[in-house]
Amino acid sequence: MTISLKPGNTPPEKLQPTGWLKYLSFSLDHKVIGLQYLVCGFFFYLIGGSLAGAIRVELTSPLSDFMPREVYNQVLTLHGTIMIFLWIVPVVNGAFGNYLIPFYVGARDMAFPRLNAVAFWLIPPSGLMLITSYFINGAAQSGWTAYPPLSITTPAAGQIIWILSVLLLGGSSIFGGINFIATILKLRRPGLKLMQLPMYCWAMLGTSILVVLSTPVLAGTLILLSFDIVAHTGFFNPSLGGNVIVYQHLFWFYSHPAVYIMVLPAFGLVSEILPIHSRKPLFGYTTMVFSIMGIVVLGLVVWAHHMFTSGTPPWMRLFFTIATAFIAVPTGIKFFNWVATLWGGKISLNAAMLFSCGFIINFVLGGITGVALAQVPFDVHVHDTYFVVAHFHYIVYGGSVFVIFSSIYHWFPKFTGKMLNENLGRFHFIITFIGFNLCFAPQHWLGLNGMPRRVAEYDPQFQLINQISSVGALLMALSTLPFLWNILQSILYGDEAGDNPWNALTPEWLTSSPPPVENWEGEAPLVLEPYGYGEKDSTKTQEQLK
Amino acid sequence: MPKLSAILTLTSSLILGIGGVWIAYNVDMLPVSASMNAPVYDELYRVLFIIGCILFIGMTALVIYSLFQFRRRPGETGDGIDLEGNISLEIFWTAVPAIIVLFIGLYSYDIYDRMGGMQPLMHDHSGQINNQVERVWGGIGSGPIESTSTKNLSSLPIELTAMQFAFIFHYPKGDIISGELHVPVGREVNLKMESKDVIHAFWVPQFRLKQDVIPGQPTILNFTPTKTGNFPIVCAELCGPYHGGMRSNVIVDEQEDFDTWLKENSKEQI
Repeated sequence: MTISLKPGNTPPEKLQPTGWLKYLSFSLDHKVIGLQYLVCGFFFYLIGGSLAGAIRVELTSPLSDFMPREVYNQVLTLHGTIMIFLWIVPVVNGAFGNYLIPFYVGARDMAFPRLNAVAFWLIPPSGLMLITSYFINGAAQSGWTAYPPLSITTPAAGQIIWILSVLLLGGSSIFGGINFIATILKLRRPGLKLMQLPMYCWAMLGTSILVVLSTPVLAGTLILLSFDIVAHTGFFNPSLGGNVIVYQHLFWFYSHPAVYIMVLPAFGLVSEILPIHSRKPLFGYTTMVFSIMGIVVLGLVVWAHHMFTSGTPPWMRLFFTIATAFIAVPTGIKFFNWVATLWGGKISLNAAMLFSCGFIINFVLGGITGVALAQVPFDVHVHDTYFVVAHFHYIVYGGSVFVIFSSIYHWFPKFTGKMLNENLGRFHFIITFIGFNLCFAPQHWLGLNGMPRRVAEYDPQFQLINQISSVGALLMALSTLPFLWNILQSILYGDEAGDNPWNALTPEWLTSSPPPVENWEGEAPLVLEPYGYGEKDSTKTQEQLK
Repeated sequence: MPKLSAILTLTSSLILGIGGVWIAYNVDMLPVSASMNAPVYDELYRVLFIIGCILFIGMTALVIYSLFQFRRRPGETGDGIDLEGNISLEIFWTAVPAIIVLFIGLYSYDIYDRMGGMQPLMHDHSGQINNQVERVWGGIGSGPIESTSTKNLSSLPIELTAMQFAFIFHYPKGDIISGELHVPVGREVNLKMESKDVIHAFWVPQFRLKQDVIPGQPTILNFTPTKTGNFPIVCAELCGPYHGGMRSNVIVDEQEDFDTWLKENSKEQI
């Protein structure tokens, strides 16, 4: 593949709509597509969050009295599916990946701009289709895992729409993954070596490898499942000789790596944010790169830890115990390196920094419970309980969603040219952090003491803890209000950000805010030291910025 | 100065370690233990809790300390120290988690073995399932555990059928069908489980045992209750609209009370 760094590498200007209408069009500009992903994802986050609110309202009393039981199962299925496939995966990958990766490799756009736009435009119809299935004949009600035979025996319409929707979203992911790999490996500016790339590029490379290797397996599995539902084949239907455990193996071969598809980009984003706001070089760049690749390799061989109670032979349990627990090693390296990045810095306690540090604290707890869950004897007691709900939310909300907020606070000036209000941002962080921990920390106790997950009714002894959890959820819901207000207020009346309000060195800050269509007016800058902060480099930093 | 920082590091590590152990021994988050493998499980839980507390408190303290200690003071400009890495430090914090993880893995293997997880599946006292031709999966404790127990005369075979939304227990001896599980204390129970429709899961939190009940694939679970009383049986796998209501009880009786129950409900002469 040849590369051109001159303006005109992307499709002609006339194809690119202008003004706010460009965000409602088939734009080919990676920055527009990135923001389309972000806003669309946030729209679905609000819907998924409302469903979570409905779940927490139902669980404030032990009886199933807020909504019919079938509807409860539909709500929890939609909540899980929306949050994973329409919020976190598209945003940490699609939104920030599309916006940042071309800057980071010194390109004017992604390798395949049209494929990029197609990948995004698969998402809104898939999401709307998934949600409207609720009004057609009831949405899917077998959980986001869609385990057969339950998914075969529940009403077919909702389940089939769920499968179609997830297939389209998976397709979008694969298109995105291919595009990121091609962009990072083939569109790098001459002279820029792989080991000089910002860490988010490595995270996206690792994530994209996982996406390309594992998502097709999910797609194939769901196609077979749809055959079982529509054509009454017997791949997974035990009454026709099928094997339900085979579905679980295939499903988790994708869905465990999906956790890393959600957190690896978050790791990358945090690695960009921490050095800038602590004015320190990223500690241990090389080990950070190797730890990402270690997580990718290990992430592909741990799926059966989701099946310790499904009837797995002892050798398999042992292998997956050890493999899963060992992911703690590369992950631990990253956490120690982040703390070392903070150490001795000049830390600005702004909203971006607070959310990133909140992420570190939350994710450490999620990681510790993850290592515990990897142990077969421990897992057999807490599997499919609220302990797992708590652990999972500490990973994906306490991890990925905290990083999404951190990233929005960090890159908002680049996206819009306006600054966000920092005081409102800190207020947003405090309520989110308290609400999140109040909601999910007590759920560890619930799981250990006997409350299974995915239930609309439960033993009355768990009521008080569930109510505390619901108060936390309410706080989390309320915390979106200062955030939304901040966004609207700042877009309309915010202070001008200037090109580089954080005095950062990564390439996206070395152009105007917001950037022009092809990223730079002239030639793309060659940034060989994206983390060149520190006492010795501060003079160089200032010179480079001039 | 390096001496002072070494002393401070050592002291804070010591306090952290003692604090972690204290929390793990004083914060009890588990329900009563009522089966022979529950105390073994609790032992593992305690070790994981101690390590988890130390790591979590340590990391959180480090982050909060850094945020306060190294915060940018008003009027302060410039960058932090120019520190890009430290090979020996990175080797240290790669090796330490690796050793901890390896220790946890080996320790939990030992616990797994003590809970009966490594017992050959078909090796049980009753011999009830040796003739089965279908594929049978075992949960933890699929083989007999603690067979040296004096009360453990022979395992009690019970068949469990799970369906939306009930657990049905069948006692081959006496041909009893019951919606509740009655078992004698101190005697090993051999539970053979089958599902009529979707996947369910048999879970008794006080026994620390759970095993999926899978359609088309029988599963086996062996356990020995150690406390008399009434404990909940909970379905832990999403099985349909009334999943949350799919609950039953396991009633653990003294042997004599159990024999009486068996006699009263038996369809045949025992």
